[in-house]
Amino acid sequence: MTLYKTKKTKIVDGIVFLLLTLGAIAMVFPLVYMVLSSFMTKGQILSADFSIIPNPWKFGKYAEVLFDRPEFLRGLRNTLLVAVPVLLVGGFTSSLAAFSFSKLRFKGKDKIFLGLLSTMMIPFAVVMIPQYVMFTKWGWTNTLWPLIIPGLFGNVGVIFFLRQNLSSIPSTLAEAAKIDGCGYFRIYYQIFLPLMKGALMTQIILWFMGIWNDYLAPTIFIQKDEWFTLQMVIRSFNSYYAVNSDYPLIMAASVLSLIPTLLLFFFFQRYIIESVAISGVKG
Amino acid sequence: MIESKVRREEHPANKAERQPEQKPSKGPAKKKMGRAALIEHRWGLAFVAPPFIGFLIFMAFPIVFAFVASLTKWNGMNNMLDRVVWFENYAKLLTDEKFWKVLGNTVIYMIGIPIGMVLGLVIAVGMNRKIRGIKVLRTLYYVPVVSSLVAVAILWMWVFNYDFGLLNSMIKFFTGQKGINWLGDEFWVKVSMIIFMVWKGLGTSIILYLAGLQSIPRDYYEAATIDGASSWNLFRHITVPLVSPVTFYLLITGLIGGFQVFVEVLVMVPTGGLDYSAATVVFYLYEKAFGSRQMGYGAAMAFLLAILIFIITAINFKAQDKWVKTLD
Repeated sequence: MTLYKTKKTKIVDGIVFLLLTLGAIAMVFPLVYMVLSSFMTKGQILSADFSIIPNPWKFGKYAEVLFDRPEFLRGLRNTLLVAVPVLLVGGFTSSLAAFSFSKLRFKGKDKIFLGLLSTMMIPFAVVMIPQYVMFTKWGWTNTLWPLIIPGLFGNVGVIFFLRQNLSSIPSTLAEAAKIDGCGYFRIYYQIFLPLMKGALMTQIILWFMGIWNDYLAPTIFIQKDEWFTLQMVIRSFNSYYAVNSDYPLIMAASVLSLIPTLLLFFFFQRYIIESVAISGVKG
Repeated sequence: MIESKVRREEHPANKAERQPEQKPSKGPAKKKMGRAALIEHRWGLAFVAPPFIGFLIFMAFPIVFAFVASLTKWNGMNNMLDRVVWFENYAKLLTDEKFWKVLGNTVIYMIGIPIGMVLGLVIAVGMNRKIRGIKVLRTLYYVPVVSSLVAVAILWMWVFNYDFGLLNSMIKFFTGQKGINWLGDEFWVKVSMIIFMVWKGLGTSIILYLAGLQSIPRDYYEAATIDGASSWNLFRHITVPLVSPVTFYLLITGLIGGFQVFVEVLVMVPTGGLDYSAATVVFYLYEKAFGSRQMGYGAAMAFLLAILIFIITAINFKAQDKWVKTLD
């Protein structure tokens, strides 16, 4: 009986695995095609015949993107100029606020928290027009400031997640530290920051991916090529070169732009998936 | 740390130790705060000040500003209050055929939400077995989620290309027929966008459903199996109700995100499609506000969109007791 059951389970497992594999192949096939077509010639892509293997293989487009076109590396520089300060300062302000919301007692705490949380529901479309006007007045448009400054004040999603994370750590730890005469900033810095290190790292990785992949805000606030972020550069490649159909070049640039987020995901996928699942199941 | 030693003397917790009859202050007490509590209150506020100030400058103020702007015929350059028209923009929107069209398109794209849910749940059920190599598959399904929207939108734009796109060359290869004008046809452009959005977001539904499935106790299934329930009944009466919190979350986030679809359209069909057949509300709003500089009209549209999102989210939260089950 048991033997039969395991045999049956094995067959079902086999079929399920086969179907899931077929599905997975269908999911990544466009991306594989993207990589393959970055090695093709223009002629091969522009022919209506179905072919996915480059013939002949051309490797020159990657060098062209990286070295012959200043736009790409400039876009990379601009994206990093946004990401580094935002993640360092914003990560600090977010975790400090999460600590305060979770472990300190102060008047108006719940109201302030709810106020912050409600912003997650406001569509960006509502604030983008006033922000654009505001930033134009301050002379921030066509610079990276509109992308950097708001991030320095912290991110509501990160605060929310870290606060949830801290709620599983007993508050008695904070109470004990207070009794021992530990200052509030030291309680954060020496006790709770180390305790939320893992969760904070995951949130910062997700935040980095968000900044890296963002297109809407940069495209509204920046029109000067000099300050284009990487995603804008990729998009501009598409519109400039589509006419000449330098499709392999566009694909090579796209592949390069995917590598950092994919690597981060592969290395930290356990934490990333866990944190996505937590916000979905408990949130 | 001399200061904190002094503070220690006056801390309510210390006092409470010495005078057990006095209750330790709980949160923002109505009575006057003790000194230690006051110090904590100040530090607490100081620590949340950065995000709160950011919220005031970059969210609260712009929201008020956007509302005032929505009552004017403002082009972004002139004095906003020169031409106050009150609710004329809103009235005009309700009779603006283009607005109804883009709203319709936006809603049609939401067909992708249930499609993604069903596929996500089915795949997650398949993955919720102890099979070797399943983790690799899970990773593969999630890859589109972490890929940059612009890069994959460009990729799919070429996949859908009428003359030499991957899809049409496959159709020609297998059937010998000329393919479909995916992005150039009023009907197929919507199908294309839905396919793209389901593909991009499927990984998230799978991950969330998988987490939901893993939280269902095994003995529920065992008990039902002993009672003679079929696999379909197990799925229908145990799995589906018990993952309903995930379904609810996906529905809410899907709707909120669905109303704001924009970048996908901007990249894949920059013109908004034949006869505006691919344009969404935010696409139209963007063109009005930044293209033809009708900032007031754009702001009114944004506000209407926000109100719509708010109402639909509120209805969903009200209705959730009817179908969202929890384990406890």
